[in-house]
Amino acid sequence: MALSSKDLLGLKGMPADEIRLILDTAATFKDVSERDIKKVPTLRGKTVINLFYEASTRTRTSFELAGKRLSADVINISTSTSSAAKGETLLDTARNIEAMKSDIIIVRHSCSGAPHFLAGRLESSIINAGDGFHEHPTQALLDLFTLREKLGRLEGITVAIVGDILHSRVARSNIYGLIAMGARVRLCGPPTMMPAGIERTGAEVYRNMDEAIKGVQAVMMLRLQLERQAAGLFPGVREYARLYGMNRARLEAAGKGVIVMHPGPMNRGVEIASDVADNDSVILEQVTNGVAVRMAVMFLLSGGNKAEA
Amino acid sequence: MTQQKEKALILDSTGIERALTRISHEILEKNRGAREIGLIGIQRGGVHLAHRLAVKIREIEGAPVPVGSLDITMYRDDLGTRKSQPVPQATDIPFDIQDKVIVLVDDVLFTGRTIRAAMNSIMDYGRPKRIQLAILVDRGHRELPIRADFVGKNLPTSSKEKVEVMLAEDGGEEKVVILGE
Repeated sequence: MALSSKDLLGLKGMPADEIRLILDTAATFKDVSERDIKKVPTLRGKTVINLFYEASTRTRTSFELAGKRLSADVINISTSTSSAAKGETLLDTARNIEAMKSDIIIVRHSCSGAPHFLAGRLESSIINAGDGFHEHPTQALLDLFTLREKLGRLEGITVAIVGDILHSRVARSNIYGLIAMGARVRLCGPPTMMPAGIERTGAEVYRNMDEAIKGVQAVMMLRLQLERQAAGLFPGVREYARLYGMNRARLEAAGKGVIVMHPGPMNRGVEIASDVADNDSVILEQVTNGVAVRMAVMFLLSGGNKAEA
Repeated sequence: MTQQKEKALILDSTGIERALTRISHEILEKNRGAREIGLIGIQRGGVHLAHRLAVKIREIEGAPVPVGSLDITMYRDDLGTRKSQPVPQATDIPFDIQDKVIVLVDDVLFTGRTIRAAMNSIMDYGRPKRIQLAILVDRGHRELPIRADFVGKNLPTSSKEKVEVMLAEDGGEEKVVILGE
């Protein structure tokens, strides 16, 4: 079996068996990072470009390490140092990169749909590393991988996603991925940060966080994007923390063994208390798994002759 | 792909057992005992065979030999030319291969490309003193200068045919057959 697309743009509409293929493949790639020699020759001779129009440390490093551990040549381009600062368009930049014979281009952009725009115009495989408020598929895949590793299954579990759903591409990809894999999803956040009509995805919307997390297997806390506070979507950080922040009392009331996740970077004391983040979360395991999942995605996009398939 | 039919039975379960017993003796003879040996089966077919050889060597020699498994998917040379990739299986080598005599075990030896990949993979885990190759069926058509040290059965085949090794561990009847249209 192989992935049906040359690109990974989002989890919306991705069939469950393709998601499962990525997760199964990632399980063995995880071992590579545990070894003394953390490198396999799988993508030897391939060129991977990290094209990032938004700041990122974790995601960019994760993709870079994933590519390097597969023996690909990885180049990082960030807008501050690129000719985008001189006014070059996204498509022109990407075409110039492809003219130097790239195989995979990883794109992060503040405009929703930017990776889709490139995917239809370039031969290279495009991986969406976060586009606007739209999707961040590899983050959701590493969350699914972590959940499956912890719980042994995804089907039938219930996951609460808490915070700024409206601006969260992580939430959107996770909703699609979790529901495709047969999990139930609860969403909770300030009404001003809850997208209209989100119930159509199959997720349930809660107003009260304590109710939303009661009896779930896992809670995903989203980053409060403090840079957006100017928009007046919530009254203040302290009130937000009181209503939608994860702390020990809340976690204990939710039930035993609830997994706490966060895509990072976290605001300690706002959406997650330091005590919970440091003692009860799987945040660093998510980061470890991110490399394995990204290796699996690059491997699967490079394998399989699409012309024949 | 058209359905392939069973054309000939090459080995039955007794034949497989006899071949493995002989290979076990040959491994011990060539290496003057089991002291330095480590067996590594190549996923998927070779893993069960490696475990069986380990049991036999223990019966003969009275000493345990370590067994590992190796998946070579990440070391293949045909990524991008196959329609799809198999999901990689576990690589689990629970012993230090440094300065050991590693006996690679696989069910069928064909082009030799799997063995090339396996040797490269092994080298990423350490520097064995020697690598030897044990094969249940050698069907010819080599594309690389590779030969087996221990062979259960030499079997001339056409490149269009398929040799299938079925083992009891996978459930079902144990046999080696040639499949063809």
